[in-house]
Amino acid sequence: MYNFDVETPGTVADAVAALGRDEAQALGGGQTLIPTLKQRLASPSVLVSLTGVAEMKGVCVGDDGQLCIGGATTHATVASEARAHYAGLAELASHIGDPAVRNRGTIGGSLANNDPSACYPAAALGSGATIVTNARSIAADDYFEGMFSTALDEGEIITEVRFPIPQAANYQKFLQPASRFALVGVFVAKYAEGVRVAVTGASNDGVFRWTEAETALASNFSADAVSGLALSGDDMISDLHGTGDYRAHLVGVMTKRAVAAAA
Amino acid sequence: MPKDGGIGASSKRREDVRFLTGAGNYTDDINIRGQAHVFFLRSDVAHGTITSINTSAAEAMPGVVKVFTGTDFEAVGGMPCGWQVTDKHGQPMQEPRHPILAHGKVRHVGEPVAAVVAETLEQARDAAEAIELDIAELPAVVDMKAAVAGDAPKVHDDLTSNLCYDWGFVEENKTATDEAFANAAHVTTLELVNNRLVANPMEPRVAVGDYARGTGDSTLYTTSQNPHVIRLLMGAFVLGIPEHKLRVVAPDVGGGFGTKIFHYQEEAFCTFAAKACNRPVKWTSSRSEAFMSDAHGRDHVTKIELALDGNNNFAAIRTETFANMGAYLSTFAPSVPTWLHGTLMAGNYRTPLIYVNVKAVFTNTVPVDAYRGAGRPEATFQLERVIDKAARELGVDPIALRRQNFITEFPYATPVAVEYDTGNYVATMDKLEEMGDLSGFAERRAASEAKGKWRGLGVNCYIEACGIAPSNLVGQLGARAGLYESATVRVNATGGLVVMTGSHSHGQGHETSFAQVVADMIGIDENMVEIVHGDTANAPMGMGTYGSRSLAVGGSAMVRATEKIIAKAKKIASHLLEASESDIELKDGAFSVAGTDKSVAWGDVTLAAYVPHNYPLEEIEPGLEETAFYDPSNFTYPSGAYACEVEVDPDTGKVTIERFTAVDDFGNVVNPMIVTGQVHGGLAQGIGQALLENCAYDENGQLLSASYMDYAMPRADDLPMFSVDHSCQTPCTHNPLGVKGCGEAGAIGSPPSVVNAVVDALQSGGKDVTHIDMPLSPARVWAAMQ
Ligand SMILES: Cc1cc2nc3c(=O)[nH]c(=O)nc-3n(C[C@H](O)[C@H](O)[C@H](O)COP(=O)(O)OP(=O)(O)OC[C@H]3O[C@@H](n4cnc5c(N)ncnc54)[C@H](O)[C@@H]3O)c2cc1C
Repeated sequence: MYNFDVETPGTVADAVAALGRDEAQALGGGQTLIPTLKQRLASPSVLVSLTGVAEMKGVCVGDDGQLCIGGATTHATVASEARAHYAGLAELASHIGDPAVRNRGTIGGSLANNDPSACYPAAALGSGATIVTNARSIAADDYFEGMFSTALDEGEIITEVRFPIPQAANYQKFLQPASRFALVGVFVAKYAEGVRVAVTGASNDGVFRWTEAETALASNFSADAVSGLALSGDDMISDLHGTGDYRAHLVGVMTKRAVAAAA
Repeated sequence: MPKDGGIGASSKRREDVRFLTGAGNYTDDINIRGQAHVFFLRSDVAHGTITSINTSAAEAMPGVVKVFTGTDFEAVGGMPCGWQVTDKHGQPMQEPRHPILAHGKVRHVGEPVAAVVAETLEQARDAAEAIELDIAELPAVVDMKAAVAGDAPKVHDDLTSNLCYDWGFVEENKTATDEAFANAAHVTTLELVNNRLVANPMEPRVAVGDYARGTGDSTLYTTSQNPHVIRLLMGAFVLGIPEHKLRVVAPDVGGGFGTKIFHYQEEAFCTFAAKACNRPVKWTSSRSEAFMSDAHGRDHVTKIELALDGNNNFAAIRTETFANMGAYLSTFAPSVPTWLHGTLMAGNYRTPLIYVNVKAVFTNTVPVDAYRGAGRPEATFQLERVIDKAARELGVDPIALRRQNFITEFPYATPVAVEYDTGNYVATMDKLEEMGDLSGFAERRAASEAKGKWRGLGVNCYIEACGIAPSNLVGQLGARAGLYESATVRVNATGGLVVMTGSHSHGQGHETSFAQVVADMIGIDENMVEIVHGDTANAPMGMGTYGSRSLAVGGSAMVRATEKIIAKAKKIASHLLEASESDIELKDGAFSVAGTDKSVAWGDVTLAAYVPHNYPLEEIEPGLEETAFYDPSNFTYPSGAYACEVEVDPDTGKVTIERFTAVDDFGNVVNPMIVTGQVHGGLAQGIGQALLENCAYDENGQLLSASYMDYAMPRADDLPMFSVDHSCQTPCTHNPLGVKGCGEAGAIGSPPSVVNAVVDALQSGGKDVTHIDMPLSPARVWAAMQ
C-alpha cells in the first residue's frame, strides 16, 4: 500500500466535497479497493469513506412502490432487509462472497466497480433499476458500459439504487470454482410490462440483456420457451475456467433454471 | 474399547490449544530488536537477459539499509540439490547453478532479482520500485515436449539442452518388457497429465536471519519441515558457515505439505544479509509471492501402457513420463519422478515386467519438487487409471480385475527394486466393498437418475513407500544425505521427560502422539512427556518430516532411546531394590522384583539418578539421558482401497462427490483420531487435485493461476462426509512400533477413484468418454461430453 489520507464524511454533500480533492477516491466496503491498494495497483492520495454517510444506508419501499437501497448498504443488510419486499434480490445478495465480504461490501461499490463477473449488475439491469447519484438518476440500461466501466463521472457517487419490484424473479449463479464469483449468472424478472433477462460473467462486454429470451418469455414464462434459443460463444469470456462456448451454453441452462425457479 | 491413554488412544491434540487460541509461536511472530525488513524485487518475465540493473536511486530512498543484487552472491554457493539422478546411459543429470539472486538471466516469473533491506517493509518496497531494471526478454520454454525438441531456446545456456536426465528403470527390463508387449493378448494405452499444483500451506514462508557480532554465531528462524537439513545445506553448501556457528529454528509451522522441505534463496539471503547489514533481517512471503516462489508439485505428462495375457493377468507395464523440473533443481526435485515414482509402478499387483522411462525437463517455470505424496500419487494415478480403462475395454468388473492381479504373498519383491514386507490387499478391498456399500450402488444410481443426474462409481487401490529410508540404499540411488532419524530422551530428576526429536511437527500432532508412545513404554501419564522439536540447538540431528516418515523413523529412534533409558533405569532400580537386574520388571510406572511385592516408583529411580546418594556410581554414571539414531532397514508400505461416488450434472458438467470411502492399512495405529484427521486432510488435497486445483502458465510463462481468484482450493462444501477406516492392520515387520505412516495416503489414493467415478458416470449417460485430465472442472467435463 502507498500512503493516503482518509476522510470520513457524514453527509453526501461532505463526501462530494471531499472527493473534489486531488486524486481522491470513494471507499465503500473496501472489498475490491483494499486488495487493489495492497497490491499497489492503485494510488489514490485520499480515500473518502462512505460507510459513515447515514443517508446512504438502509432499505425502504418508496412512495412509488420501488425498493430503495442506499448506496452504502451492505450485502448482508440487503439479504436480510430486502427479503420481505424483493426475495429474488435478497437471495442474490445472500450468495455474494462469504460472510466477511457481505458484512462490508456495498451495493454502490459493486455497481461502481462493475466487475464482469459480479452479481449485482445482473440484478440492476434485470430489474430495470435506477442508479441514483449525487448528481442525477441513470437508468440501468444506460449505466453499464462494459467491463469495469460505467456511466459514472469522476467523483460521482451512487447514493441510492431503486428497484421496481417484479411479480417474480430469480437469480441463478454458476460458480467460478476458484473465486466463486459468477462464471455465469442469469437474473430473470417478470413484470407486468414484460420479462427482463440479464446475464453476468459471460460476455467480454460485461453484463447484458438477452433480448431474444426476454421476447420468448414475455409470451410464455416457462423454461421451455427458451429451450430452442442459443447464444454464440464468440464474444464471450474465455479463460482458465471455461471457454466462450461453455459460457454461452451455461447462459441457456441458467436462464431455464431461473425461469423454472421463478415461475 | 477405546483406550484412555498411551498407544491406541485417541488422545486430544495438546498442541491445538495454542494453535486454536492464537498462542502459537510462528516464525512471523518472531521479531528481534533492531530488525530490518527485506523486499524482493522479482522477475515479471519468464525468461530474459538482465541487461542493466541500477540501484543507486533505491539506495538513496528513506530507510534503506542496503540493496543487494546477484553480484553480491558471486562468492557464495548456489542453492544445492540433494539428490543426483544417473541417467539411462550412466551419466549424471545436468545440474545448473541456482543463484540466490538472479545473475545474468532470469528464468521464471517470480525469481528474485534484487533485494532491498530497509527499516520498514513499506520503505523496502518503495525503494524496490526505484530500482532501474532492464530485462531483454527471451522466448520462454513452457511446454515440456517443446522444451526438449531440437530448436527450443535453452533455459540454461551452459547446459547441453533442457533435458535434465533421461532415466530408464529398470533398464535391464526394457527388452523383455517390449517383448511382453509384442506378445500380449491385450494392450491398454492411456495418455494423461498429472496437473501442476501449488501447495498453499495456510502459513506462507517466513525467514528471519540474525547475526551475533560478539560470538560470530548466525541464527535463522524459518518455516521449515527440517531445520537440521537447512542448517547443513545452507551452512555447508551455500554460505560456508560451520554447523557449530549456525543455528536453525523452525518453531510452530502452519502446514508444509512438502513445500517447506526445501532450502530456499530467501533463507540464505536473510542469514547472509543479517551479517552483511549487522542487523536481524526479516522476510514474510505474501500470498502472491508464495504462488510464484514456493516449489510447485506434480506436473507430469505420461503415456502408460498395460499388457495383459489371455486370462487378464497383467503381463507388463511400460511408461514414458515427462517430468517438469521448472527453471532450477529444487532440493529434492530429481528424486520425485524417479525413485519416488518408478519404484511404485507395481502398485498392489503382480506384474512381472515393468519399464519406466522419465525425462526430466527444464522450463521457464517455478521449480517443481515434492508435494504431499511426491511421485507416489503420480504412479498411483496412471496405474489405477489404466487398469480401469483396461477393465472397460475388456468388459470385466474393475474390482475383479484388480483382485485377480493382487499380490497375496509377502514379502514380495517387485520388478521395480523394492520389497513389500507385508500387506493384505484382499482384506482392504473386502472392507471397502462392505463399508462403501458397493452392492447398493445400482440403487443409488437409479435414485440419481431420477433426479436427472448421472452417477458414477470409481474404485482404486494404492500402495506407497513411506518411512524413508535406508541410508545405504538411498546413497546408492543418488541421495546426498542419510535418511535416519535421531531422538534424545532426557529424564528430569522429578520424573518428567523431554524428548528431543529430529522429526518436525507442522500440523501432524507429534507433540501428542509421540508422547503417547513414550508414556506407554514407561507406563506413566502422557502429560509427563514433552516433545521438543524444530531447533538445531536441541535434537542432535534431524532429517525432518516428509514422506510419512515421522513415526516410522523418528518414532523408532525415540523408542530406541527410551529403551536405553528403561535399561539404565532398571539398573538403578535393581540397586535400590537390592535385586538382580534381570529380575526387574517395569509396569505402570513402577519397577518391581519379579515374584515379590518389592517395588520402587519411576520417580524414585529418576531422583536417584540425579541425587546419587544411594547409587551404583562405580558401574554407571549419574543422570538419565539417552540418544538413539535409527536407520530403517526398508521402506514401509501402507496400502489401501478407496471408493468414490459422484454425480455429474448433464446440463453443466458439474461434478459433486456424493460418497467417499477410504480403507487404509497403516499397520499399527498410535492415535486413531489423528490418523483419521491425516486421512481427511489428504483426501481434501487429493480431491482438490482431481476436481479443482490447477497451476497454469500461458505460452509466455506467465502464471495464470497466481491468486485464489483463479487457483481453486478445496473447501469444506466441496467435500462429502468421509467414511474412513484403518482397522485392516498388517503391522510393519521391521520397525519397533509396527507402524507404516499415514500422512500422504489420502492425497495419493484419492485422485484416481474420483476420475474413475466421473468416467463411469459419463459412460452411464451414454457418453463415450474414456479419460479427462484433472482437474475435472465443470468446463472440462462438459467439453468432454460434447
Ligand atoms: C472474497 C470475495 C468474494 C467476492 N465474491 C463476490 C461475488 O460472489 N459476487 C459479487 O458480485 N461480488 C463479489 N465480491 C465483490 C464484493 O461484492 C465487493 O463488495 C464489491 O465488488 C465492491 O464493493 P465495496 O463496497 O467493497 O467497494 P470498494 O471495494 O470499497 O470499492 C470498489 C470501487 O467502487 C467505488 N465505490 C465504492 N462505493 C461507491 C459508491 N457508493 N459510489 C461510487 N463509487 C463507489 C470505489 O471507489 C472503487 O473504485 C467478492 C469480494 C471478495 C473479496
